[in-house]
Amino acid sequence: MPAKGYVEIDIERCKGCDLCVLSCPTDCLALNISDTNSYGLYYAYLKEEDDCIACMNCSVICPDAAITVYKKEDQPKQRS
Amino acid sequence: MKKGYKLIYKRPQTLTKTRINYCPGCFHSTMHKLLMEVVEEMGIQEKTVGVCPVGCSVFAYNYMNVDMQEAAHGRAAAVATGIKRMLPDRYVFSYQGDGDLAAIGTAETLHACNRGENFTFVFINNGIYGMTGGQMAPTTLEGQKTTTSPYGRDPEKIGLPLKMAEIVSQFERVAYVERVSCNTPANTRKAKKALRNAFEYQGKKLGTTFIEVASNCPSGWKMTPEQSLKWLEERVFPYYPLKVFKKPDKKEV
Amino acid sequence: MGEIRLMKGNEALGEAAIRAGLQGYFGYPITPQSEVMEYLAQQEPHHNYVFLQAESEVAAVNMMYGAGGAGARVLTTTSSPGFSLMQEGISYIACAEIPCLFCNVVRGGPGLGTIQPSQSDYFQSTKGGGHGDYHTIVLAPNSVQEMVDFVYLGFNLADKYRTPVTILSDGAIGQMMEKVELPDPVEYKPDKPWATTGKTKDRERNILTSLYIQSEDMEKKNQKLQKKYEKIKQNEIRFDEYKTEDAEIIIVSFGLSSRVSRKSVDIGRAQGMKIGLFRPQTVWPFPYEKLREYADKDRVKFFISIEMNAGQMVEDVKLAVCGKKPVHFYGRMGGIVPDSYEVIEQIKKIKE
Ligand SMILES: Cc1ncc(C[n+]2csc(CCOP(=O)(O)OP(=O)(O)O)c2C)c(N)n1
Ligand code: SF4
Ligand code: SF4
Ligand code: SF4
Ligand SMILES: [Mg+2]
Repeated sequence: MPAKGYVEIDIERCKGCDLCVLSCPTDCLALNISDTNSYGLYYAYLKEEDDCIACMNCSVICPDAAITVYKKEDQPKQRS
Repeated sequence: MKKGYKLIYKRPQTLTKTRINYCPGCFHSTMHKLLMEVVEEMGIQEKTVGVCPVGCSVFAYNYMNVDMQEAAHGRAAAVATGIKRMLPDRYVFSYQGDGDLAAIGTAETLHACNRGENFTFVFINNGIYGMTGGQMAPTTLEGQKTTTSPYGRDPEKIGLPLKMAEIVSQFERVAYVERVSCNTPANTRKAKKALRNAFEYQGKKLGTTFIEVASNCPSGWKMTPEQSLKWLEERVFPYYPLKVFKKPDKKEV
Repeated sequence: MGEIRLMKGNEALGEAAIRAGLQGYFGYPITPQSEVMEYLAQQEPHHNYVFLQAESEVAAVNMMYGAGGAGARVLTTTSSPGFSLMQEGISYIACAEIPCLFCNVVRGGPGLGTIQPSQSDYFQSTKGGGHGDYHTIVLAPNSVQEMVDFVYLGFNLADKYRTPVTILSDGAIGQMMEKVELPDPVEYKPDKPWATTGKTKDRERNILTSLYIQSEDMEKKNQKLQKKYEKIKQNEIRFDEYKTEDAEIIIVSFGLSSRVSRKSVDIGRAQGMKIGLFRPQTVWPFPYEKLREYADKDRVKFFISIEMNAGQMVEDVKLAVCGKKPVHFYGRMGGIVPDSYEVIEQIKKIKE
């Protein structure tokens, strides 16, 4: 089943504060600690692409407004 | 955008493109974002004027894409009074720290509230002087260590932390007082709603609106952002409960 | 011709402000200035301005900042201790370049001092007063008429240069009754594209700030201010003279003490002394050049600065005269106004 949503994280705005990771109900976010942005900071990324439910918890709590959220469009109902 | 998906959240246009320079996890950033989301959603960018006094958020005008005045330390309420009295149909807010609003600027705060100045206070109570490097604030908790209370705040010597939301809700002409936080998504949503309420009441000229944010200062508290959330829950909220202290009558709204 | 009335200096100042298009007044009571506030409080319902009694002078000056920054024509009045409290705010206003008009109805200090008239705030007013490199334009009236005229002038200069302007009055001029001609009311239409009135779509946001955290930026800002001050020095120096054409002795005096000194000129001349009076109307910028011209004239023997303080403007007179001629000083303090004969006695002593 395709994911209900996905997020894009502006890694230059991200400061690696971890608040989004702590707030994601499906644990699909993580901090990338093997790389840094140009400010030398770790950044968050969508680790489990299939698990995002587009709940917006991450974008709501992200202090730096670094997260953009997309939601799967409702499928038109099939006539039966 | 991936096919079959729609955009449901993006950074508000009312924030400038400048990268916000507050420390990682600092609620100053969160509150900037929420404020500007409210301004965008209400469509009032053209009618909004902000005041940012000295404190970490003295740079707010770099980030908020609205007309702004920087103010001297403690004087935001007087400056906002001046603006609002001249431009009564604009949405005016002052964005102040606890040192600013509750120590050096207490007189201006209380008198603006007593007059019922029709602007919105956004009061960032992080229990510390963030900008100057973590000194004790009027809101530092009992026993809390700061650079100028290295053995912990001693109430015998300096009194107990000031409860501004409780104090200002006593004033007749203050319309709306709520204490909020940004420690969880749910609380952050409530914080945004509170800002929205405040601006709407201001638009209806109901009197002073006052949003206190039980905020954090990971750098000044010498904590990770995650630890700062724990401190908020364990230490701050019991003393500074999150709640609506006062709101306008239903028929006024 | 405008309307002629007999008025107290402080009330005349208030009335002039209304006629000049006042939009916001913010003040805190203090003797001997309170009549301005009281007058403006009384008149408020009949006009289109906001009168607000602030909780302190600190609040008042910051309300000025906010209201002036919102583009309004704003005034505050105070007296010495209150003016001291306003200095931080004035420094911010100077740096953020917000037009504001101040009137300091000076009383004797230091400390709580006396409510009697004085000129002991000359240094504070003309040398900046608060922190940082800045000046306000300082107008020194010596009559009720000039209280009126300098309100119009002060508002206009404030707008023209985006700068705070101070009317340096004193308790006596504030309290005295004189005949004044009140100019016709003007319809004030501010043209202030920099004001924080709300960011419309056709412009970038307006920011009023005095914060320049990078040294290079702060220096640039200072250079901009200094350039403005140079322009003000070139264009806005004002002074008045009395019998200086042939004077051998030049009294330099401003405000109330210049009224005394004017009489001394007549008394001295009746006794055969060729005395003249040079009266700066702007004490910042100070009319250095004009005084220097007199210092260069052979006939001029010496200068004497007559003040109601321990000797403040005399330093500017010395700077102007630049050692070319002797510069003397006579003053009274604590709210005492020297009388014209005292001044003549001093001049006689110097001549011996
Ligand atoms: C008159 C004056 N006194 C002191 C300062 C130094 N100062 C700058 S910010 C600040 C404290 C800010 O603390 P707060 O208002 O709590 O804001 P925060 O940085 O914590 O957000 C102080 C004391 C100043 N700028 N002006
Ligand atoms: S939208 Fe919800 S589920 Fe998706 S990443 Fe953000 S917090 Fe996790
Ligand atoms: S909350 Fe925002 S800034 Fe913090 S780690 Fe997540 S994306 Fe980065
Ligand atoms: S010092 Fe504290 S209040 Fe200031 S930006 Fe950093 S975390 Fe935020
Ligand atoms: Mg603080």
